[in-house]
Amino acid sequence: MSSVGIAQALPGRRRFPAFRRLATLLGVVIVGTALLVAIFAPYLTPHDPFAQDLNLRLIPPVWMEGGQPTHLLGTDQIGRDYLSRLIYGTRISMLIGVLAVITSGLIGITLGIVGGFYGGRTDDFVMFLITCRLSIPLILVALTVVALVGSSLAVVILTLGLLLWDRFAVVARTTAMQVRNLDYIAAAQAAGASRVHILVREVLPNIANHLVVVATLEMALAILLEAALSFLGLGVPPPLPSWGLMIAEAKEYMFFSPWVIMTPGVVLFVLVLGVNLLGDGLRDMLGADLER
Amino acid sequence: MTASLQDPVLSVANLRVSIGGRTEAVRGMSLAVARGETHCMVGESGCGKSISALSVMNLLPRGIIRTADHIRFQGQDLLAMSERQMSRLRGDKISMIFQEPMTSLNPAYTIGSQMSEVLERHRRAIRRQAMDRAAELLARVGITAPGMRLGQYPHQLSGGLRQRVMIAMALMCDPELLIADEPTTALDVTVQAQILRLLQKLQQELGLALLLITHDLGVVARMAQRVSVMYAGEVVETGAVGDVFAAPTHPYTRGLLDCIPVPGKTQTGEPLGNIPGMVPRIPPGFAGCGFRDRCMSAAPECAQAVPLRDAGGDHSYLCRLPPDWTRASAA
Amino acid sequence: MTYAIEVRNVHREFKQSGGIVRLRRPVRAVDGVTFSLPAGDVLGVVGESGCGKSTLARLIMGLLPLTSGEILVDGRSLTGMDRRERARLIQPVFQDPFSSLNPRHRIRDIVGLPLASQGDMPKARQVDRVMEMLARVGISSEMAERMPGQLSGGQRQRVAIARALVLHPRIVVCDEPTSALDVSVQAQILNLLTELRRELGLTYLFISHNLAVVEHIATEVAVMYLGRIVEQAPAQELFRTPAHPYTRALLSSVLTPDPALGIPDVGLGDAYPDPTNVPPGCRFHPRCPSAFAECAVTMPDNIRKDGRLVECLLATTS
Repeated sequence: MSSVGIAQALPGRRRFPAFRRLATLLGVVIVGTALLVAIFAPYLTPHDPFAQDLNLRLIPPVWMEGGQPTHLLGTDQIGRDYLSRLIYGTRISMLIGVLAVITSGLIGITLGIVGGFYGGRTDDFVMFLITCRLSIPLILVALTVVALVGSSLAVVILTLGLLLWDRFAVVARTTAMQVRNLDYIAAAQAAGASRVHILVREVLPNIANHLVVVATLEMALAILLEAALSFLGLGVPPPLPSWGLMIAEAKEYMFFSPWVIMTPGVVLFVLVLGVNLLGDGLRDMLGADLER
Repeated sequence: MTASLQDPVLSVANLRVSIGGRTEAVRGMSLAVARGETHCMVGESGCGKSISALSVMNLLPRGIIRTADHIRFQGQDLLAMSERQMSRLRGDKISMIFQEPMTSLNPAYTIGSQMSEVLERHRRAIRRQAMDRAAELLARVGITAPGMRLGQYPHQLSGGLRQRVMIAMALMCDPELLIADEPTTALDVTVQAQILRLLQKLQQELGLALLLITHDLGVVARMAQRVSVMYAGEVVETGAVGDVFAAPTHPYTRGLLDCIPVPGKTQTGEPLGNIPGMVPRIPPGFAGCGFRDRCMSAAPECAQAVPLRDAGGDHSYLCRLPPDWTRASAA
Repeated sequence: MTYAIEVRNVHREFKQSGGIVRLRRPVRAVDGVTFSLPAGDVLGVVGESGCGKSTLARLIMGLLPLTSGEILVDGRSLTGMDRRERARLIQPVFQDPFSSLNPRHRIRDIVGLPLASQGDMPKARQVDRVMEMLARVGISSEMAERMPGQLSGGQRQRVAIARALVLHPRIVVCDEPTSALDVSVQAQILNLLTELRRELGLTYLFISHNLAVVEHIATEVAVMYLGRIVEQAPAQELFRTPAHPYTRALLSSVLTPDPALGIPDVGLGDAYPDPTNVPPGCRFHPRCPSAFAECAVTMPDNIRKDGRLVECLLATTS
């Protein structure tokens, strides 16, 4: 046999338009920066975010008239450095985003996979739970819980985690239903593999890419909800520097010092945008991976 | 390949199809189908047979480019035609049947409305006439109670019945050329025999030119007058079906025939012949024989341009070996 | 005599999820199948789609529970058997090698799963066994580190065979193992299965719609129609002297590559077998070219003679 080297058939990678790739890159940069800022917050802050100085109240950012170079983004109504508070706020937002997603992911994915894989009565029960969850008005219940139990970081995370699992469950359920009829599942059953092995090692890796996309969407939602709760005074308790809380505290001063409400608003928008862009990008990439 | 046919219905010369500039899917394919003739294109998956048919119909997806010396249908140059002219031809004078009738039929419309729509589009027929014609053709393809079937939806029919409906639909406008791409692959063997018999009967009665694409050498042997064996985008052997099956000359054709178990001929439990390796992807600028990596008789000169040899009659093949090499190697 | 596998009067019904008003009729996909197979033999099961052959395969693999009946392997009943023990007795090879291998696992982990699931073998010995088996089916140790997506269809099917054999099972159930492959690859896989059977003394249950393939590999053939075995005989006898009209129709529809023969007339009408609506009497009578009046009323008995089984009134009368 001659070996003249004919390239064997291998499918090429799918290419995406430059705009979509740029958007994904932007998402990666934003979320990556937020993550780094959150982790290294103590080393990045120029001032103590909790230190008040009533002599330095409502200093505008450095580029505005009356700004001071020691306070790059100015100070708030009780003289705390705004940049330092934003940096610590990133920590709160990311912490809540990540932990709430992990909690809700655990609940939703478990319910969804079990329901989708086993079907029948089990699935009916899971569907009933999902329907119940969808009938709960999110904000109202979150408000009630926080109002009853009292506000703390842990309560906010748990409340959000226990409420945001529905999309995980729906996606895990439908994708698990598609996977359960594939022959490799039957082969694993015939190989004598345990139920846990089949669900965790055979089903889960094949639906994980869909779940990662859901996770980003839920994270964006959790960050926004935390801001909303904090704005209503039922989220993270002061003096913790949550962005929502900063907006709430700033609203009385917004006519004379608009930056105090603009800055956390813009930062919140950018982070949620970044998470969503990352989610879209992941969907494209993992979608292409699925085709292979 | 030289098709010494007088006035063929379809004639394709030197067709080349390139996928995104990375893969040469078809590399200089030529073929001719005469009126009343069945021409089979046979080969394994990825050999370029389906994509050749789609090129003739100008139904290639975006990013796939066809070039050819000519593609002629009844003397008209299909290469020069606009998409509008082509779409007027498709379903009218040239019809096509696909492997899976379920995906070619729209599940939301009745059989009758889909069939009559063809005639209304191409012939501006009114619905009543079109329905009559549809019923007539359903009866002709052996469907009992055609009036009832016209009111049914595709999912209410079995696979065999759906394929009969597809055939009837393809015949609505009295086509001259019928291209059938693996029309019986998804069907059970008994139904396959029935559908092939039907196709053969209709083809003889209507004088159709039938281009039948299949991977099944049994179907080729039983259906075709002429056969073109495709491999890696080329017709590696072509001729009258009797000649090719009696004296397969290209190593690939021989290999394929050795691979299939034949009841009564191959010995039970004895190993079948086989072709090692798999169908390659051909990059642009590739030269020489596409089969040489898998060929038992490959030699260094196979990396150069391969001659088209004549094996007598219309039988020709694309290989460095002389026509009598099989006897020489057996001796 | 103990058989490698004994299937005793096995039934499987499916409930139809039909409309709200319409009465749901159960589909009897497998309707009283009985056979036994000595060790080292290959039983080919043939029939058209909807005849119940794939359901039968899944019942034997233990992927579906039986509605009634019993399956014994090596004299032991599969009902209620531990999944690990069953895995040591029966292993499957599926039709589509693109869906039978988990795309997220490495080849050696895929082949190692049956061993790992047993849970009583040191990891190092598992790896040895996996590599040995992969080498036996022609997969290099370098390929063992790859993912299924990097292999061709034929290579994947070799991996699937290695996985099925790594526990040295008593029965290998092959469900259309070559139907999704090109003819040249089909020949490679058939040759491999034949070699392995000879060397390792395997017993196959070989399910296929391709009669030429079954004729090539099987020692015994069972023809199924609408959930029942209508004829069973040693392969050569069945192909030489088919007794059931359905078997004759199936055999006549095989298209051998012989240009002189043309397309055969199989002699079946265009009535199509519908498992949701099995006809009374002989279930084949609406399509049967040799049917007579009694066929629509009387269900034929199993006629067993000289190691053959036929279920046809013609065989009773003659």
